[in-house]
Amino acid sequence: MSNAQGHIVSVKGLKKTYDSVEAVKGIDFSVSKDELFGLIGPDGAGKTTIFRILTTLMFPTEGSANIMDLNVVSDYKKIRNHLGYMPQRFSLYQDLTVEENLEFFARIFGTTIEENYSLIKDIYVQIEPFKTRKAGKLSGGMKQKLALSCALIHSPEILILDEPTTGVDAVSRKEFWEMLIRLKEKGITILVSTPYMDEANLCGRVALIQNGEIMSIDTPQKIIENFGRKLWAIKSDNIYQLIQDLKTDNRIHTVFPFGEYLHITVKPGYDDLKGLAPELNRMGHSGVKIQEIEANIEDCFMELMQ
Amino acid sequence: MKRFIGFVKKEFHHIFRDPRTMLILFGMPIAQILIFGYVVSNEINDVKIGVYDKSKDHITKEITNKITASGFFILSDNLDSDKEIEDAFKKGIIREVIVFEQNFAQKLEREGSASIQIIADASDANTANIVANYTESIINSYMREELWAEGLTYQINPEVRMLYNDELKGVYMFVPGTMALILMLVSAMMTSISIAREKEMGTMEVLLVSPLKPLPIVIGKVIPYMVLSFINAIIIIALSFFVFEMPIQGSLIFLLTETLLFIFMALSLGILISTASNSQMVAMFISMFALMLPTMLLSGFIFPIENMPKLLQWVSAIMPAKYFITIIKNIMIKGSGIGVIWKETLIIAGMTLFFLMMSVKKFKVRLE
Repeated sequence: MSNAQGHIVSVKGLKKTYDSVEAVKGIDFSVSKDELFGLIGPDGAGKTTIFRILTTLMFPTEGSANIMDLNVVSDYKKIRNHLGYMPQRFSLYQDLTVEENLEFFARIFGTTIEENYSLIKDIYVQIEPFKTRKAGKLSGGMKQKLALSCALIHSPEILILDEPTTGVDAVSRKEFWEMLIRLKEKGITILVSTPYMDEANLCGRVALIQNGEIMSIDTPQKIIENFGRKLWAIKSDNIYQLIQDLKTDNRIHTVFPFGEYLHITVKPGYDDLKGLAPELNRMGHSGVKIQEIEANIEDCFMELMQ
Repeated sequence: MKRFIGFVKKEFHHIFRDPRTMLILFGMPIAQILIFGYVVSNEINDVKIGVYDKSKDHITKEITNKITASGFFILSDNLDSDKEIEDAFKKGIIREVIVFEQNFAQKLEREGSASIQIIADASDANTANIVANYTESIINSYMREELWAEGLTYQINPEVRMLYNDELKGVYMFVPGTMALILMLVSAMMTSISIAREKEMGTMEVLLVSPLKPLPIVIGKVIPYMVLSFINAIIIIALSFFVFEMPIQGSLIFLLTETLLFIFMALSLGILISTASNSQMVAMFISMFALMLPTMLLSGFIFPIENMPKLLQWVSAIMPAKYFITIIKNIMIKGSGIGVIWKETLIIAGMTLFFLMMSVKKFKVRLE
């Protein structure tokens, strides 16, 4: 089912142009069986376009994409049997009940709810109490659980989820990822995209993507290890002034706001920041706190964007 | 097959759960046919009539009394010459003139039969028809109850003449016209909207990434509307038959078959529209402007095609409704069979085939 390297998805030189806009600028990546692969990037990075090409919904302008050695252009009919796809927008029938939606998707894939119940059980039990409720009346988190159940009902080998956690509350997001990890353990290859950097750590491997280009592909740990710089978190009582002051300081390489802190990196040779706090105090800042921290994925992303 | 049944089932759920769809599907046709029927009302009250009694004998007086006593008519003019009839109508007050021939009673007694002429102002075709029918039935009941009861087997022959519109076009036009309009609207608009909705709501995206092929998707969409449109057609025919007494001279089966063909044509057109529209709004506007208005205005439903400028006559030649109206009128009123209307049938069948082929060609298995 997979090619010689064990890749279940392989993308080579993929380009997609809309009119004059290059949405995807020639990317390569591959995903192995049973992997949980994340496409991490901000809105407009090209994630949805990539997924739509992989799900055979769009033609690539250039390059090729294969799923289980089937070409997304020429073998689209065969590929569609193996895919479970959850588009970015909630795409179920709002006027059908939870149960009817599930039953419908089971039917059109030529299966029944009972046949694959074990696969969706964990997820479905959470929404089962509401099975006679119309899908349009569910909360955001429940909609996503139902959509996932529907995408899984035919026991697909590959699951492609386009920003499944966007617009979902923190608790439901966490639950949702736990489900994905459990599905991965059941042998389903999962491709997921998200604009939330913190979710990258939950993936086996991630591709950081920006403006239609992949900046880095690796495990989240490796990406963090490759950050290669020291990173400090800094704050003061006047955070806006602090940004201005640090940006004009020629020792400082980057400054990014990060919650109540600023994350900063320095130019080579200025690794010692002991003197910075007193200096800032002299400039009129109060409550200055500086501490060295470990980089996270978002720091890496920001660094790569430079 | 199970997939397909599942799809059709889902489609019925959509229709039955949406009050607006249900209203358009069943409320509108019934309302339209009733409005069209009753605006040209068939209840008459205090209709002013004139009587031109050339005989002035006891029987003509009895009949005149009988008519004015019925409550439906008020005698407004007693006329004395043929010329006055025309003038009386022109004034627009009276709707009917009853003319008794000379020596009415004498003729009746001697020859056993005499004639009454009923002249109605048919510029309002429906009312004229009703007024004439009422008058006729009063005369008939007089004949039965008063004359035959006394053992006199006299025959009074009412001769109805319609002034200004002797074909009574209005009456028989509205049923075929409304039927064409409603079936066109329900079938084409509803199908195109329902396919466009899948695109708009993003569910098409999921359907495409399923093993379901385009043809079952389209047919699954169409079948519920086909069934419902057919039920609609039957309701319309039943209403026009029972409520408005539209005759069905020809074969009912043949009528329904032709109707089914027209529904099928409208559905294919609906599919074609949906392939060109990505939202329900667009689908609705195309259906409204490309289908509803031309169907109403150019099919001969409201304005006679013969009176149109040449250019519009050509445009009306591509209106499927035009052919359907001809077919319906021929079957219902004249009782024609396929021999008379094979050309129209063939044209509609050809259009269906054309729309279907275009739709299949244009249906996208992808998002772009």
